[in-house]
Amino acid sequence: MAQDRPTASELLTAVADFLREEAVPALDRADPRLGFQMRVAVNALAILEREGRLGPAADAREHDRLVRLLDRDGSLEELNRELARQLRTGERDERDANLMAHLDATIADKIAIANPKWR
Amino acid sequence: MTVHMQSEADQVRLALAAATGRHFHDAAEVETLIRQSGGASRQTWSFDALVGGQHHALILRRDPPAKGKSDREQSVSIDRATEFRVLQAAHRAGVRAPEPLFELVPEDGLGEAYVMRRVGGTAIARKLLRDPPYAAARGRIARQLGEIAAAIHATDPKTLPPLKRREAADHIAGLRRSLDLLGGPQPVFELALTWLDRRKPAPLDRPLLVHGDYRTGNYLADESGVTAILDWELAHLGDPLEDLGWLCVKSWRFGAIDKPAAGFGSREELWDAYERASGRRVDRMRAHWWEVFGTVHWGVICLNQAWKHLSGAIKSMEHATIGRRAVETEVDLLQLLKAEP
Repeated sequence: MAQDRPTASELLTAVADFLREEAVPALDRADPRLGFQMRVAVNALAILEREGRLGPAADAREHDRLVRLLDRDGSLEELNRELARQLRTGERDERDANLMAHLDATIADKIAIANPKWR
Repeated sequence: MTVHMQSEADQVRLALAAATGRHFHDAAEVETLIRQSGGASRQTWSFDALVGGQHHALILRRDPPAKGKSDREQSVSIDRATEFRVLQAAHRAGVRAPEPLFELVPEDGLGEAYVMRRVGGTAIARKLLRDPPYAAARGRIARQLGEIAAAIHATDPKTLPPLKRREAADHIAGLRRSLDLLGGPQPVFELALTWLDRRKPAPLDRPLLVHGDYRTGNYLADESGVTAILDWELAHLGDPLEDLGWLCVKSWRFGAIDKPAAGFGSREELWDAYERASGRRVDRMRAHWWEVFGTVHWGVICLNQAWKHLSGAIKSMEHATIGRRAVETEVDLLQLLKAEP
């Protein structure tokens, strides 16, 4: 059953905004260490908001690319495990253009969730 | 009869007064005592001691007794007694580092602990990189870090306590072991470790003292620049370029990404200063190798920090969230592997 609004993303954003704008300044005055911890928490909520919004499509894209790259099917976890194995043994390496395109796209999607400002 | 519960601070204060008195052969009074950092283990306390009318600004470094360290921490970091001797050797060799004064004894009841002189300055990267008082220092720090690294590496190995030797191959094996223990597949780290394995530099004939955590955040600086190198607990013997590579890892630029050397200068500035001070040329390929290695290393440390929380060893939101920083190093690694010199 669909939930009423706010959506998960809207609710997370509302909570994060409240904590950032009202709780952080009060905590900074009372106990700077707690103020710092609250900033960390607010940042984590922002990650969750982006993950809820962008994660499912990013996972689906990663899965499609892995199926093509490895020419086999499986869960995202299984396919990544096989890719990691091939990379440790050196069966594949950075000279493989398809591999590098896959990793570039995967990490671009991943950083867009974890820390979009990272350059 | 009154039962007196002694707080941790009271216990530390009493023990420090006794130990400081022993060292200076005079009665010592501990005037201020502030816990600076650290969790249950690896504590740092700042205090002032009044001895014979003279004030001493001091720092206590301490591992409380009976607090277990994780296996990984135990295997890579040195104990306090060894750290004290490394600091002694480096300080005597002229390295800009706090002067170690004395070790505490088991009867003091503070665990493994030693006292050193307090040095002025801040270690906070954000302040050093952006605040007005440090404007002039910002132009000097990269060069100073090159010179100080040369001094660390020039410490006579005969003056050091026994230290583990860690070469490129040991480091690669260590990170692969960590990934296996963590369990999740990590394609980018595996790619980078195989790249590193195929290009690993040969061990040096004579390994040198490596600081092991030489980066912004682990030194103090004031308006004049770097005042002291801190955090020696990862010291080991190995390739000195490990320190220069680690210093250039992008995470230690704290946003100043166009200044690879610690957020304050170019790699060339760092290398030039190091070469002038050490008389040894910096092999560019080798320096690049250690920067790539340092980037994977930090990525795996991020995963390990999160694991400390996930495994139940400690309960810490901060540790948990560091796990989501590992991907930053994946971005950096894909850039670095394309920029092969």
